[in-house]
Order: sequence, then C-alpha cells, then structure tokens
Amino acid sequence: MHVDIKDPEAKVILSKYYTNEGQFVFTTHTPGEHHICLSPNSTRWFSGGSRLRVYLSIDVGEHANDYKQIQAKEKLSELQLRVRQLLEQVDQITKEQNYQRSREERFRFTSESTNNRVLWWAVAQTSILLLVGAWQMRHLKGFFEAKKLV
Amino acid sequence: MLQLIVLAAILQASLSIEMTFTLQEHEVQCFHEIIPKDKKFSLEYQVISGGHFDIDCNMMSPNSKTLYKEQRKQYDTFHHKTVEAGEYTFCFSNEFSTFAHKTVYFDLDLGDESTDIGADDESGEGAHATALTQLESSAYTIHESLRLVVDYQNHHRLKERIGREIAEYLCERVQNWSVGQTVLIVIVAFGQVYMLRKLFDKPVARGGKVGI
Repeated sequence: MHVDIKDPEAKVILSKYYTNEGQFVFTTHTPGEHHICLSPNSTRWFSGGSRLRVYLSIDVGEHANDYKQIQAKEKLSELQLRVRQLLEQVDQITKEQNYQRSREERFRFTSESTNNRVLWWAVAQTSILLLVGAWQMRHLKGFFEAKKLV
Repeated sequence: MLQLIVLAAILQASLSIEMTFTLQEHEVQCFHEIIPKDKKFSLEYQVISGGHFDIDCNMMSPNSKTLYKEQRKQYDTFHHKTVEAGEYTFCFSNEFSTFAHKTVYFDLDLGDESTDIGADDESGEGAHATALTQLESSAYTIHESLRLVVDYQNHHRLKERIGREIAEYLCERVQNWSVGQTVLIVIVAFGQVYMLRKLFDKPVARGGKVGI
C-alpha cells in the first residue's frame, strides 16, 4: 500500500510504501486541509475489478495521546490525568479557533477582492464601450466622407 | 477498476469517527464498522463541495437490512440503536452525477448518552459506581461540555469551508468573465467596422449599385 500525505500547500509530507500493515505519525506545521492518499500497489493489473478492504484508524489531536502511557510516565493520579486531558482538549479548541480566525481573514480578503473586481471591471468595460463607440463613429464618418457618400 | 472499501474501526468505545473524502462521478464508496449490540450511534454527513452539493446515502445492518436510505441530500443526521452486533455498512453514492466530483464529510458518533462516569476509555479505567467527589464530577461535566464545543466548532468549520469555496469560485468567475467580455467588446467593435468597410469596398462593376 502506498501512502501519500500532502499538506495544504501541496507539499509532500510523507510518501512511503508499506506492506499490508503500517502506522504513521506526523505533526502538522501549517493549518488547513491535509490530504492522505492510500493507493494499492498496482503491480497486479490482472486483478483489476477486485475490491480491497482497508482498515483505517485516524486519531487527531488529543485523541492521538496515549493517556495510559502519560499516566505511567508521570505517575499521575486519576484526577490529575483527567485534568490533563481537559487541558489538552482546551488547547485543541484554542488552536481550532485561531485557525478559524485566519480562515475568516482570508474569506474576507476574497470577498473584498470580488467586490473590487466587480466595481473596477464595470467601470473599465463601460469606458471601453464608450471609447470604442466613439472611435467607430469617427472612423466611419471619415470613411464615408472619403468615399464621397456624405 | 480497483475499488477501495475502507473499513474504519474504532479502538475505543465512546469515540467518533469523522472523515472527509472525495467521491468521483459515478463512484460509490462504502465504509464498514463493527458495532456491538444495544449501542446508540448517529451518522451525520454533509456535502462540502461539488455540483449541486447532493449525495445518496444508505446504511445497512449486518443482515443486509436497509436502515436508512436517502437520495440527493445535502446534509442529514441519522440516529439508531443497534439491535444486533456485527458489521454495519454505509455507502455514499455519486452515481447520478455526470461530471461533478463531490467532497463529503461524515461523522459516525458511537457515543453513548449514558452518564457512565469512569467509562471514559481515554483514562483507562472501567466504570465504577462509587460516589464521586465534586471535583471528579465537575471534571466529567467539563469534558462533556468541551466535546460539545468541539462538535460546534466542527460544524462551523464545515460551513465556513463551503462558504469560502463558493466565494473563491465567484471571485475567479468574475475575473474570467470580465476579461472575456472586454475582449469580446473590442473584437465586435473592430469586426463591425471591418464588415461595414468590406461592404463598401466591393467593386462598382455590379451595375453601379453600391452596398446598402
């Protein structure tokens, strides 16, 4: 199975061949949509039309933490572990909100850009129409005068 | 064509699986999940890009009975309590579409609404019915509230994504059409003058009749 992971800027984070089983961990550096692509090793074309069943388990953010391990390593009590988990959750929420803020900024920029474009192009097209119309009249007037028809 | 059927199995009892995937035109993608008996689950899906933002969805129980079947929906939620353990299958179909590939987000929530304190698998402890201190029950309440916050954030993220994509597409379209129209205006103007001139440039050898 070939695994391909691309970040929001289409930069490849991971590109590896795994056997029938594999595990991969990565930390993101840019917020946004990451693409995880799994494709079977297509060396067996004669088996085209057959179906593949894949087991996939994706854990993101605080779900990717192994709390048993953390508890054992730092010798936390039950309550302390819960509080730690809550802190992780709140951390996640804060990160998501920051991400939304930057997304909203980009959205606003796009909307304002559309607004500007509509305005600018309307003005430009109207003036081009007028200019071209005036040129037509002038040109044809000169042409007819030259042909001695007016 | 090799078709991939993805099986996404959860490792912990009260977790939710969410995924955003792309469906090409005429494609069907199925997901399987092994769910125990008497478990409440909810499947929520939303089309976030492509065409008319609609998709077919159907869900089947382990004995191939159809639990849910809807055509061409943009967004829906389906709640069910399982009566038998086994592998449940749900499929998304884009077969009706001729050229629009869709991006679909779905969220399969296997959370139980029980107030089983301590059944939170992330802490590793089993359920125990002992009396809880105020701190522990507060911690649980906070945890549940935060899960709700994350859920709302998810919805907001999806809405924002849909809106943003439409806005960006609009921006691009405005630019392309404006350029096209301007070029067309200029071509038509010159074309008109040229055609008119051509009409008058015909040789007068046709019995003295000129043009109009």
